[in-house]
Amino acid sequence: MTTATGTRWARLGLARSGVGPLLALAVAGVAFSATTATFFTADNLSLLLDQSVVVGLLAVGQTLIILTGGIDLANGAIAVVGTIIMARHAPGQGAAVSLLAALTVCTALGTASGTLVARLRLPPFIVTLGMLAVVAASGRLYSQSRSYPVDAALLVVSGRQLPLGPIALSHGVLGLLLVYAALWYMLRQTAWGRHVYAIGGNQEAARLMGIPVNRTLLSVYAGAGLLYGLAAWAALGRIPNADANAYQTANLDSITAVVIGGTSLFGGRGGVMGTLLGTLLVSVLRSGLTQAGIDALYQDVGTGILVVAAVAVDQVARRGQK
Amino acid sequence: MGGSQLLFTWPPFMARLALAAAVIAGVAGAAGACSRKAAPAPEARLRIGLVTKTETNPFFVKLREAAAERARQQGAELIALSGKFEGDNEGQVAAIENLIGKGVKGILVTPSNSSALVGAIKRARDKGILVTALDTPTEPPDAVDGTFATDNRQAGRLQGAWLKQALGGRAAKIVMLDGVPGGGTDTQRHQGFLAGFGIEENDQAIVGRAHVYGDQSKAHAAMENFLQAHPDVNVVYTINEQVARGAYAAIAARRATGAILIGSIDGACTGVSDVKAGKLGATVMQFPTRMAEQGIDAVVEYARTGRRPAGFIDTGVQLITDLPHPGLEARDTAFGLASCWG
Repeated sequence: MTTATGTRWARLGLARSGVGPLLALAVAGVAFSATTATFFTADNLSLLLDQSVVVGLLAVGQTLIILTGGIDLANGAIAVVGTIIMARHAPGQGAAVSLLAALTVCTALGTASGTLVARLRLPPFIVTLGMLAVVAASGRLYSQSRSYPVDAALLVVSGRQLPLGPIALSHGVLGLLLVYAALWYMLRQTAWGRHVYAIGGNQEAARLMGIPVNRTLLSVYAGAGLLYGLAAWAALGRIPNADANAYQTANLDSITAVVIGGTSLFGGRGGVMGTLLGTLLVSVLRSGLTQAGIDALYQDVGTGILVVAAVAVDQVARRGQK
Repeated sequence: MGGSQLLFTWPPFMARLALAAAVIAGVAGAAGACSRKAAPAPEARLRIGLVTKTETNPFFVKLREAAAERARQQGAELIALSGKFEGDNEGQVAAIENLIGKGVKGILVTPSNSSALVGAIKRARDKGILVTALDTPTEPPDAVDGTFATDNRQAGRLQGAWLKQALGGRAAKIVMLDGVPGGGTDTQRHQGFLAGFGIEENDQAIVGRAHVYGDQSKAHAAMENFLQAHPDVNVVYTINEQVARGAYAAIAARRATGAILIGSIDGACTGVSDVKAGKLGATVMQFPTRMAEQGIDAVVEYARTGRRPAGFIDTGVQLITDLPHPGLEARDTAFGLASCWG
């Protein structure tokens, strides 16, 4: 075997979405299990899943948008507004109504970004940067700088644990897995999914092929908005308190998960399963390094290196395909 | 298509129109200003600037409200600006420069970073503006004309002393949830806690330490991970009550609320309620209204007599708990709820 074919094989392996993050996850898991006594316990593993729910839901919406070649900087802010709507209105209007209102508002905010991107052809980075500022500030005005405790059972249901043998899974984790399964199916098995990939690959070519580009883009941003609403719901299950200062870096955390999961920032390549692995990998790193007694700042150093490494792998894979 | 054609041809015309309008308005405005200067103003309204760390933290909201109210009583106008987030030094520098341009007589500033604003503050003082720090001292402290603030070291010390007494003779396993790395307030509270608890920075008793930036979700995740690594944690130091709430959620999920003592600092109404409900053992209240009122009064005094305040003016702290310990002056949550902010 020559070096050239060796490299080609390496490139093919790297290009297969999910292989890289899965390997990294396995290595990290084994390393932390070997070096600490508290990492590989049923309790800690359920906790790791719990810690991945909110960012995981934000990241799945982010994946859809990045697959179309876009990016969403406003997702954390949209979810925070969702939590404030639920928490503020649950005592007066009832939990179900406030939940529905929050999901509607989150979907509408996603749709607003989508309209600007699809109809006015504005760059997604700029649209969602503006959206981030507007939504974050509005959320703070709307919350009147207070935080709102939540006690309605419906709103905190995602935190309820479901014992399954030795481990306990929360409703939030089950919901997260369901959402990922559904979107995996939609992206792989439906025309809509193929359109999403086609638009991310080459928007003009997709248009010429007769793919309804605007409609698909709009559905992606609206769907992402709904997913952010679900993230807001899950957030209240984690901490039963809505606070405008929470999840300040969740937008970047979600992008981190998507990129580590192997989805290309240029669009058109990747998928939600990689993102799920990426989300888990970040949680595993944070948890494992804490168990190992390593300072929190080094955890950020580790995550940063992973992001750059993932993008480098993507570049190599892209060149390999040309 | 016709629509977009129009869009492309209109802007230059509109821009020219707008420019013309601006020029006319500017000339008229300048003329107006001149004529106003010619006739001595009967009572030039005193303008005071306020630059807070963020617009969102209820502490700074209360501070701003109290400053606006005091300014109104004193017949002055308050211009309130702020950074966008904790640590937004550029935003605060821009705010100070803005205020210099607006011709304020004094600036009250709560610096996000103790040393980052010193240059901008000097430019303001060189123009004869009184600059006073509220809540957070600058580094060096004499970069401003006096500081009206909580003694954050004392606040940390009270939290530490109460936690130490509440723990009794048991061996301590401490988690410290800090704010921003390098933040002045954060460091003082941290060091105060260590002194109050009677330990050194690298004491064995400290089993975990994280910077959680005042974000309850970060505090929650950090506390969860520390509890995994050290299930026997029994003392949690928190930089403020939002962080305490995140820590409490993690502890409550493990049904460990009886075994773990949480202390905090701030005295917001939600925080005092958490103390009353037994979620937090104690909190240390600070008094933003006093900072704002004394700061405004200092500028008014300066405008009237030219006298500048100097040094550190302590606006006081108060330990709030329903579980007092002898030798540690404390008020109960009834007092706390009557005097809390936010």
